[in-house]
Amino acid sequence: MSHSDVGGRLASIKHVVLVLSGKGGVGKSSCTVQLALSLVSQGRRVGVLDIDLCGPSIPRMLGLEGRQIHQASAGWVPVYADPSKRLACMSIGFLLPGKDSSVVWRGPKKNAMIKLFLADVYWGDLDYLLIDTPPGTSDEHLAAVEYLQEWSPDGAVIVTTPQAVALSDVKKEISFCRTVGLPVLGLIENMSGFVCPHCAECTNVFSTGGGEGLAKHMDVPFLGRAPIDPGLVMLLEQEDKTLVPNANDPAAPKETTASIVETYQRCALSPLFADIARRLAQGVGADNGGRSHPPASTE
Amino acid sequence: MVEAGVPPGGAVPENANEHCPGPESESAGRADGCAGCPNQEICASQVAGPDPDLPLVAERLRNVRHRLLILSGKGGVGKSTFTSQLAFALASDEDTEVGVVDIDICGPSLPLIMGCADEEMHRSSNGWSPVYVRDNLSLVSIGFMLPSDEAAVIWRGPKKNGMIKQFLKDVDWAGSADGGRIDYLLVDTPPGTSDEHLSIVQLLKGTITGAVIVTTPQEVALQDVRKEIDFCRKAGVPILGVVENMSGFVCPSCHGESRIFYPTSGGARALCDELGLPLLGSIPLDPRIGRACDAGSSFLDTCADSPAAQAYADIIVQLRRLVEGQE
Repeated sequence: MSHSDVGGRLASIKHVVLVLSGKGGVGKSSCTVQLALSLVSQGRRVGVLDIDLCGPSIPRMLGLEGRQIHQASAGWVPVYADPSKRLACMSIGFLLPGKDSSVVWRGPKKNAMIKLFLADVYWGDLDYLLIDTPPGTSDEHLAAVEYLQEWSPDGAVIVTTPQAVALSDVKKEISFCRTVGLPVLGLIENMSGFVCPHCAECTNVFSTGGGEGLAKHMDVPFLGRAPIDPGLVMLLEQEDKTLVPNANDPAAPKETTASIVETYQRCALSPLFADIARRLAQGVGADNGGRSHPPASTE
Repeated sequence: MVEAGVPPGGAVPENANEHCPGPESESAGRADGCAGCPNQEICASQVAGPDPDLPLVAERLRNVRHRLLILSGKGGVGKSTFTSQLAFALASDEDTEVGVVDIDICGPSLPLIMGCADEEMHRSSNGWSPVYVRDNLSLVSIGFMLPSDEAAVIWRGPKKNGMIKQFLKDVDWAGSADGGRIDYLLVDTPPGTSDEHLSIVQLLKGTITGAVIVTTPQEVALQDVRKEIDFCRKAGVPILGVVENMSGFVCPSCHGESRIFYPTSGGARALCDELGLPLLGSIPLDPRIGRACDAGSSFLDTCADSPAAQAYADIIVQLRRLVEGQE
């Protein structure tokens, strides 16, 4: 198996975007899911590849827990999150025997798994492949960048929360991107404030504005700021994604929709992420129809 | 179509030789069938009998009484925050010597949280000197060795492991060659169940007092925490208990309580009941905790009367009782 297997497999994908953050728990996976759902409702075909091998969250967030991967002659068939098969997903979560089983692997095994994911999944035609990563700047990140190198991915979206402790890790991630020659498409400031459901007062639980300041300081595009939305937290948590969550009264009877794509449209954050997705699409030159970036080079 | 079943990465790699003994077997990289396999070097470098440095680590840490790991499968749940507050609280007793080791190599947060980000670690003939936050509280972190806070540590596993080993083997705790006493050695870890975790458990083999597992209430975090608990059980690390962080939020303007991270599956309480673990306590989300961390001060000192500080204090009392009761 060579790197060009990866390239061959990705030939039918227009844009490859990595979602990165040096810090854990800032919302990489939830931003990945929201970007994917926004792009799907804007008429695109999207694949989500979860390379967080020790803590895969995407299956739960897309309501795909307990689903299994199948092997066809063309490769591994991803799991689809919506009936129209516009949102495909691949994660190690689909390969584990139980929800408690841990993946205790050192680097080389993780690298091999990521290579398999990139080379062996039969994605079909996609407009976007979003790659959700674990925190840090280590094996998984190097493996993904290395195997994608020949194919020159469009770049990375960086997710942060506003407090200084997170920003310091995120600066490291941006330096990582620059070191390996991965363009930074933009930065999302997540968990920026929480609107109290009782009095509508917005509290900056993890401070605010830090992400925008960092984007200026590091000279990367700022894609937007998203507050904490308990409705979204519930949507990502609940097992049945067709129920429209009501954060103020979790026990109340819920409306139902056809799929998670539609349910997400009812969430308070969806217009905001629709804008972020549009800005991202502009950033990768989606409207010019295809890859406009030169092959990645190491500075 | 056939089900794919076991992850192929876990079994024999696709490009392996025909008679591959399996990358996890004793003879990995050394069996007859390994000759010429592209993975031979990786396999051969992984397991090679007991690490010759283990006795050195044991010697260096021989006067350390309690060794606690702060773990969570999930990132951003407050491992480092909890570690720092536990360290500050333990060190508020002048007679207790506390050492903190930050093994989050790619995202070291403790120097900032403990208010000593501008310090440096110095090397003497006795080894690295930790940074003293207080007279009886010292910290070792890769954050002290970086040229700037933007500098990324782009390292694969083996280099991270080497650094962790140095932290345990080469740090001159309490400044004297004949080994000063450390009452509590707290080890703050990165998220996941990978190189750093395997290394620390192997290096401290059998001498870990116990692990404190930190989580947040929502199922998305709990499912990673279950994996960490599974890891502890497989690795033989005793679990002292679980701390639920960011549990509930009291609006500073109307004092109404809401659940930011809603415990759809019952939160840490249900997890502890299911897995038979003690729940040490739940700490509400308080914006002042994050501010204290950004400023590098002790939240327990600055906001001693807040419910969050009381929850912390209560958990720390329980932990001390659990740990000191073991003696």
